[in-house]
Amino acid sequence: MSDERKKYLRNIKIKKSLIFVSQILILIVFLGLWEYLADKGIIDKFITSSPSRIIKVFANFNSNHLLEHIRVTVYETLVGFTIGTILGLIIAILLWWSETIAKILDPYLVILNSLPKVALGPIIIVWVGAGTKAIIVMAVAISLIVTILDILHGFLNTDKDLIKMAETFNAKKIQILTKIVIPANKSTFINSLKINIGLSLVGVISGEFLVSKAGLRIFNYLWRSNF
Amino acid sequence: MEVLKIRKLSKKYQHENGETLALDNINLVVEQGEFVSIIGPSGCGKSTLLSIITGLESKTSGDIFIENKKMNGISSEIGYMLQKDCLLEWRTIYSNVLFGLEIKHMKNRENILYAESLLKKYDLYDFKDKYPNQLSGGMRQRVALIRTLCTKPKILLLDEAFSALDYQTRIKVTEDIYNILKKENITTLMVTHDISEAISMADKVVVLTKRPGTIKKIHKIHFDLENRTPLNCRETPNFSEYFNILWKELGVDER
Ligand SMILES: Nc1ncnc2c1ncn2[C@@H]1O[C@H](COP(=O)(O)OP(=O)(O)O)[C@@H](O)[C@H]1O
Ligand SMILES: [Mg+2]
Repeated sequence: MSDERKKYLRNIKIKKSLIFVSQILILIVFLGLWEYLADKGIIDKFITSSPSRIIKVFANFNSNHLLEHIRVTVYETLVGFTIGTILGLIIAILLWWSETIAKILDPYLVILNSLPKVALGPIIIVWVGAGTKAIIVMAVAISLIVTILDILHGFLNTDKDLIKMAETFNAKKIQILTKIVIPANKSTFINSLKINIGLSLVGVISGEFLVSKAGLRIFNYLWRSNF
Repeated sequence: MEVLKIRKLSKKYQHENGETLALDNINLVVEQGEFVSIIGPSGCGKSTLLSIITGLESKTSGDIFIENKKMNGISSEIGYMLQKDCLLEWRTIYSNVLFGLEIKHMKNRENILYAESLLKKYDLYDFKDKYPNQLSGGMRQRVALIRTLCTKPKILLLDEAFSALDYQTRIKVTEDIYNILKKENITTLMVTHDISEAISMADKVVVLTKRPGTIKKIHKIHFDLENRTPLNCRETPNFSEYFNILWKELGVDER
């Protein structure tokens, strides 16, 4: 290996470790500052808790049923995520299939997307009741439209030449969908999945805040650490 | 035998700002085993002509016959190769080659064996489990050709099929593709704006006028060479003669 190459590789390594160490450092400083300020009473422990208290709550895993509550939230998130993703995918396929329907619905999708979904909370509770169902509906409401828009955008931007190539072999629309458009959009799906899991969690947590009977699960318990 | 016959073909595109007459009264015959090049200034309707022959685009008037059978809609008897190789990056070379057969529901034993024999014959079999991005531009083009050939089209249409390649690769690929087409006795209609390329492969060169494309002239091309290839015919005096004639004919329109 030439000296130049060695130097180049060393530089890359140094840069990488610098980034990693800085990231850890920021975390430590943040937690330290939080603990310090809470301890000195500069910020109100009642509202923001403190790292040491949170750790204590987590340490009493069994006595406070934390595990059970995490399980519920994770379950709701996954169900919301799965429904949102599958439903979004199906609707995106329908819209891709019929350009006319897509054009007709376009302004409504944009409006629905900009609507603050949390505001729908009370209506959702009236419709499906104040329970797990409402929380899941909330998660779906938050992730669905974004999924549709993202996947449809990916579908419509599939390389036109690939589609034309398939057409030169006399491909039917369903073949273009399954053999070109869907496989060509693998990265769109992965991106959409990443965004969706986050949005579903947001949906579930806002749902849990709203549905007081079943809700505020994890937060209930984190909250307790403040006292 | 006449593989392709085009009679009084015209095409008008309709769009929001009006209509464009792209092709006007095209008459052309391509014989079995023949290589016909079509040249014309860009925008004169060359791609339109090929799209109409395959049926991807509708015609305004006129008739197209394949082996004396009148054509309607997309034909499965025509192979069409686009400018880009359009290989699917997520499929292996082998699975790319079988793509056409798969789409046309022709993936039977006989055709698969034929596809494999073409891969072997043209030095691609060893690469069959690789992915397109592991192959050179020239190899990719060969894969795309085999993908089309294994569906056994009666006529092959090439639309500027080599123009995305750099000059060196292009000369090499032209040579490769020409040899394959001659060995397999494929009837070919190629569209290009490159005069040298048109002459180097063709038995007949069709010159189109600028839009609306009409046939200006058809030149028979002949070289006194025993084993003519796109490369060796370029060195003959005939070649520069043809070149000059075509250059002038095109030049008048491009001014
Ligand atoms: N789908 C279309 N709608 C309207 N006009 C078109 C369409 N496709 C091509 N044209 C027009 O028809 C003419 C011929 O186009 P094309 O066949 O692509 O030319 P070439 O391949 O010779 O460059 C051009 O003027 C182009 O703008
Ligand atoms: Mg063109």
